[in-house]
Amino acid sequence: MAYSNKVIDHYENPRNVGSLDQNDPQVGTGIVGAPECGDVMKLQIRVDEQGRVTDAKFKTFGCGSAIASSSLATEWVKGRTLEEAEQLKNTEIVKELALPPVKIHCSVLAEDAVRAAIADVRRKQETRTGVAAGAR
Amino acid sequence: MAQKLIYLDNAATTPVDPRVLEAMLPYYRENFGNSASRNHQFGWVAEEATENARKQVAAVINADPKEIVWTSGSTESNNLAILGAARMYADKGRHVVTSLIEHKAVIDPCKFLQSQGYEVTFLQPNNKGRVSVEQVREALRPDTVLVSLMFANNEIGTIHPIPEIGALCHEKGVLFHTDATQAFGKVPVDVEAMQIDLLSLSAHKIYGPKGVGALYVRRKKPRVRLEPVIYGGGHERGMRSGTLNVPGIVGFGEAARIAKEEMPAESKRLAGLRDRMWAGLSEHLTDIARNGDPQHCLPNLLNVSFLYVEGESLMMGFSDIAVSSGSACTSASLEPSYVLKNIGLGDDLAHSSIRFSMGRFTTTDEVDYTIKSVVRTVNHLRAMSPLYEMAQAGIDLSKVQWQHH
Ligand SMILES: Cc1ncc(COP(=O)(O)O)c(C=O)c1O
Ligand code: FES
Repeated sequence: MAYSNKVIDHYENPRNVGSLDQNDPQVGTGIVGAPECGDVMKLQIRVDEQGRVTDAKFKTFGCGSAIASSSLATEWVKGRTLEEAEQLKNTEIVKELALPPVKIHCSVLAEDAVRAAIADVRRKQETRTGVAAGAR
Repeated sequence: MAQKLIYLDNAATTPVDPRVLEAMLPYYRENFGNSASRNHQFGWVAEEATENARKQVAAVINADPKEIVWTSGSTESNNLAILGAARMYADKGRHVVTSLIEHKAVIDPCKFLQSQGYEVTFLQPNNKGRVSVEQVREALRPDTVLVSLMFANNEIGTIHPIPEIGALCHEKGVLFHTDATQAFGKVPVDVEAMQIDLLSLSAHKIYGPKGVGALYVRRKKPRVRLEPVIYGGGHERGMRSGTLNVPGIVGFGEAARIAKEEMPAESKRLAGLRDRMWAGLSEHLTDIARNGDPQHCLPNLLNVSFLYVEGESLMMGFSDIAVSSGSACTSASLEPSYVLKNIGLGDDLAHSSIRFSMGRFTTTDEVDYTIKSVVRTVNHLRAMSPLYEMAQAGIDLSKVQWQHH
């Protein structure tokens, strides 16, 4: 199977590889997948007081499409509010990276990782401000 | 950057040796006859050619030429051996013994037999991919008619104790079939000394053409009979009907001749390349594991798990080198290799595995270049691997609550 140029570019020059401090109250961490499934994604976001994503990092164990999906996701969520970041759809990733059908699940994983990171930072903020979990 | 492609997937298939192609060409051109045409020169020339090839192939495995049945490849040979013997000897019993790491061309006919009311024992090899004689002995029953165990495994290269298993089967009066597709031409195979009754071969793994193979069928002590899988004009002693692929068979014969002649020196050379590859990788990388049995292994095959990185992404990093991986991401089924799973390798290690298979045209320079490329890619990927990061932080990955999906 041939990879699209965009997948190759993200693979060779991944954006935002790295880690943020998992214990920082401003940082949300999403870890999805399992080694036995052949894919694990860790995606982290840092959110400012206004609820805007100021930084995003990822580390991925998985195929080139999974790496590219998570790399692209970090690029896209930066600068967005949590509400906007939440709108990120795997189908947009599929389109941007021209992923073939067998690689759609790799983009789903990236979407899941973003959502998990958002949920994590919200949970932290809610406990901090004393808002009951689940209340919006 | 225009780097020549490097082919390290010789266990999948091999290029046709120029000498083989040369030998084949006349049988597409002037000598195009049907070897079954008994009444004219065209037929005689073709028949002489297939009979010469029969001698050449038989010589590699110490068989009588009459014991060679031409087929379309090892898949067909395995089907003919397993289905043919099971049907022919059904009155004697309906139990077959094989292993969990056979090629699909053995597993699937065995599963078909199960659906037809036969019983099949799938032996579990040890963690290096080897089945022991004791395991086979314990699996044998009064109604066992066939043991089918591959000579050498196509993913990890492990060689079963074939002579011992052959002796056991003969002692117990059970037929012994071995799929020698990968071993043929690389390690000595002797149907007499090893007491093999049925043996599958394929031309395209030994620098011959694709779509040609053979089944060795013992004629004496015991005389093995098979119910055919393909019925028709009664070619090949009735065991495999169909006009012979004369040019393909000529190519197979020539490929066998070359393999026999060059094997002693070539096997040593290949083992040298394999060991060089493993030494080079071990020198520059931590956390890698060799899969298979280094003591009982094909000379040309090296299977390695690179912990914390996934196989398909690894291959993407050296797209000018052709190898294969046991990772699910590379398979249509999205399942990791059942061979690696069934030798007890965790799925995570199966996903991280790469098979390097060297061949006649592999050079030392290519091995050295490959080592460099693999090392660079593994480091590139580990820098972005969450698993590597966790392992470095001392986290036991097997204890983490993963989110399966
Ligand atoms: C061990 C083994 N058996 C059988 C086969 C199938 O052989 P063929 O391609 O000739 O049908 C292969 C090759 O893929 C093999 O490696
Ligand atoms: S992570 Fe396995 S196919 Fe993408």
